[in-house]
Amino acid sequence: MGFLVFLFWACVTLAAAIALAWGFRKLAAAVTKGEMHRALRDAPLTASFGMMVIAIYLIVAILAPVIAPYPERMIVSTQFQPWTAEHWLGTDALGRDMFSRMVYGTRNTVGIAFATTALAFLIGSVLGLLAATVGGWLDQGLSRLVDVFMAIPSLIFALLLLTIFGTSILTLILVIAVIDSTRVFRLSRAVTEGVVVMDYVEAARLRGEGLVYLITREILPNVTAPLVAEFGLRFCFVFLAISALSFLGLGIQPPTADWGSMVRENATLITFGDITPLLPAGAIALLTVAVNFVVDWQLYRASGLKE
Amino acid sequence: MTLVLRMIAQRLALGLLTLFVVSLIIFGATELLPGDFAEAVLGQAATPETVAAIRRELGLDQPFYIRYVDWLWGAVQFDFGSSLAQRGRPVADMILGRLGNTLFLALYAAAMAVPLALMLGILAALWRNSLFDRVTNSSALSAISFPEFFVAYILIYILAQGGWFPSMARMPASADLGEKLYRSFLPALTLTLVVTAHMMRMTRAAIINLLSSPYIEMARLKGMRPSRVIVHHALPNAIAPIVNVVAINLAYLITGVVVVEVVFVYPGLGQLMVDSVSRRDIPVVQAVALIFAAAYVLLNLTADVISTLSNPRLMYRK
Repeated sequence: MGFLVFLFWACVTLAAAIALAWGFRKLAAAVTKGEMHRALRDAPLTASFGMMVIAIYLIVAILAPVIAPYPERMIVSTQFQPWTAEHWLGTDALGRDMFSRMVYGTRNTVGIAFATTALAFLIGSVLGLLAATVGGWLDQGLSRLVDVFMAIPSLIFALLLLTIFGTSILTLILVIAVIDSTRVFRLSRAVTEGVVVMDYVEAARLRGEGLVYLITREILPNVTAPLVAEFGLRFCFVFLAISALSFLGLGIQPPTADWGSMVRENATLITFGDITPLLPAGAIALLTVAVNFVVDWQLYRASGLKE
Repeated sequence: MTLVLRMIAQRLALGLLTLFVVSLIIFGATELLPGDFAEAVLGQAATPETVAAIRRELGLDQPFYIRYVDWLWGAVQFDFGSSLAQRGRPVADMILGRLGNTLFLALYAAAMAVPLALMLGILAALWRNSLFDRVTNSSALSAISFPEFFVAYILIYILAQGGWFPSMARMPASADLGEKLYRSFLPALTLTLVVTAHMMRMTRAAIINLLSSPYIEMARLKGMRPSRVIVHHALPNAIAPIVNVVAINLAYLITGVVVVEVVFVYPGLGQLMVDSVSRRDIPVVQAVALIFAAAYVLLNLTADVISTLSNPRLMYRK
């Protein structure tokens, strides 16, 4: 019986998602012009659904204090209240308003994941570009170092480092950023190597251009496209890794509202047939799916496949 | 034949070297600790005398390389020193029973995931762009995007609530195999779903890549039956990519197992590691990390050897 109900709601959600994505595509195509208009008009429904979800998350994250009916950390009622008009999604294990915490969680969880990805990208791509352009011992040294780091499963490595440095938001961001930058390094180095051997880079070298000019003016414009797609994918990995750590109680710490730890705190409700704890987990899944859809579309566009 | 043996010996040596460097990182990372071990254990209660006493007890007054060699020599004999949180209890004792449980769970999940994923992946590749392909592919993409604990709790919600399967996977030592399989069904199913999605997509990509190669087109143009093209021409060459896919995903199981064990309160290594991280029980974390990393390196090594064996051209690679 539970399964049938689940199936029914899955179908309803799917239909609603398709309708919303279709509407969003019409709207986006209507308000834009030129190149942008053409791209958005021809975007597949999955991609426009992804863009819509990302847009909604952004709005919620920015306007969190306006949207949330209660403050993030205030205990407003008794614990584990059911869904009512006053508390839309009930209350959590301490009696805080679940809906408000979901809204603030958008800001905290997504914001921290975004900052971590940006940092990982900064470290990884700068080192990757340098290694491929300079070559020699720098390239050898960095590549072998990354090889060794990648021989340890990333979650296990993160757990080891968190034991040593303790669990706080800053160490979490630094640890995950360093671990993920090894993956970014691999990609950016590989992509740059293909560009460095081009004649125009050789010509610029012979002209006597400096390293900074070579990287920023000759190489970077030609490696941006794959790196941007990688940023989307990397964000998904980082987001899932941080959520997993928070769920394990080792990531973002209470009382900060965060989706991973919200699942952990309220998990007991599931065995009583209440789906509230599934909502934050679902919010994580929804954003990851959305980003994946958009990245898929961008990769498809960049590859120029017309099949 | 000697060539094959030499290749395997080479890979093994490389794997051992990797493991050695990994162990150096795992042990050396504690050197980054602000202060040291002793202060971390004592916390607020640290006075200069107690710190010095603990240092002597744990051998921290020795230089780094001596402690490392001691630790490594112990680790080779499965002796990881004693736990910090439960003073005096050997780490090996805490690990031993749990290692078996984790291996059992991983093998259980692999036994379900590998055949399922290979079948789905090969079918999706053969019927490319059909409805079946689109549905499996997009569900796999969604499953990859789900956090493991989301999948786990959905399964609990659907399957455990009705009382079909237990949501807490306690494993009494007396349980026989059938009982164990029943109790750990939900964690194994969670892992299966997550791993199958990855494995299926990679199998599909590998097979599609293979089917677009010229000799397959040639066989088709000769008018060969499609089934014969697949069995005689495609499959022998598909072994290398498929083995690679399987090994990479089994390695992925290693990290998946940590979250899943916590959700289902399964008494395995992953849960021990998470508990030890929050208690900052460094010897236990080091030992478990070393075991996981060794399994990871070993799986990648096996994949490398098997795919080289299945494609002799790789043996002469410079």
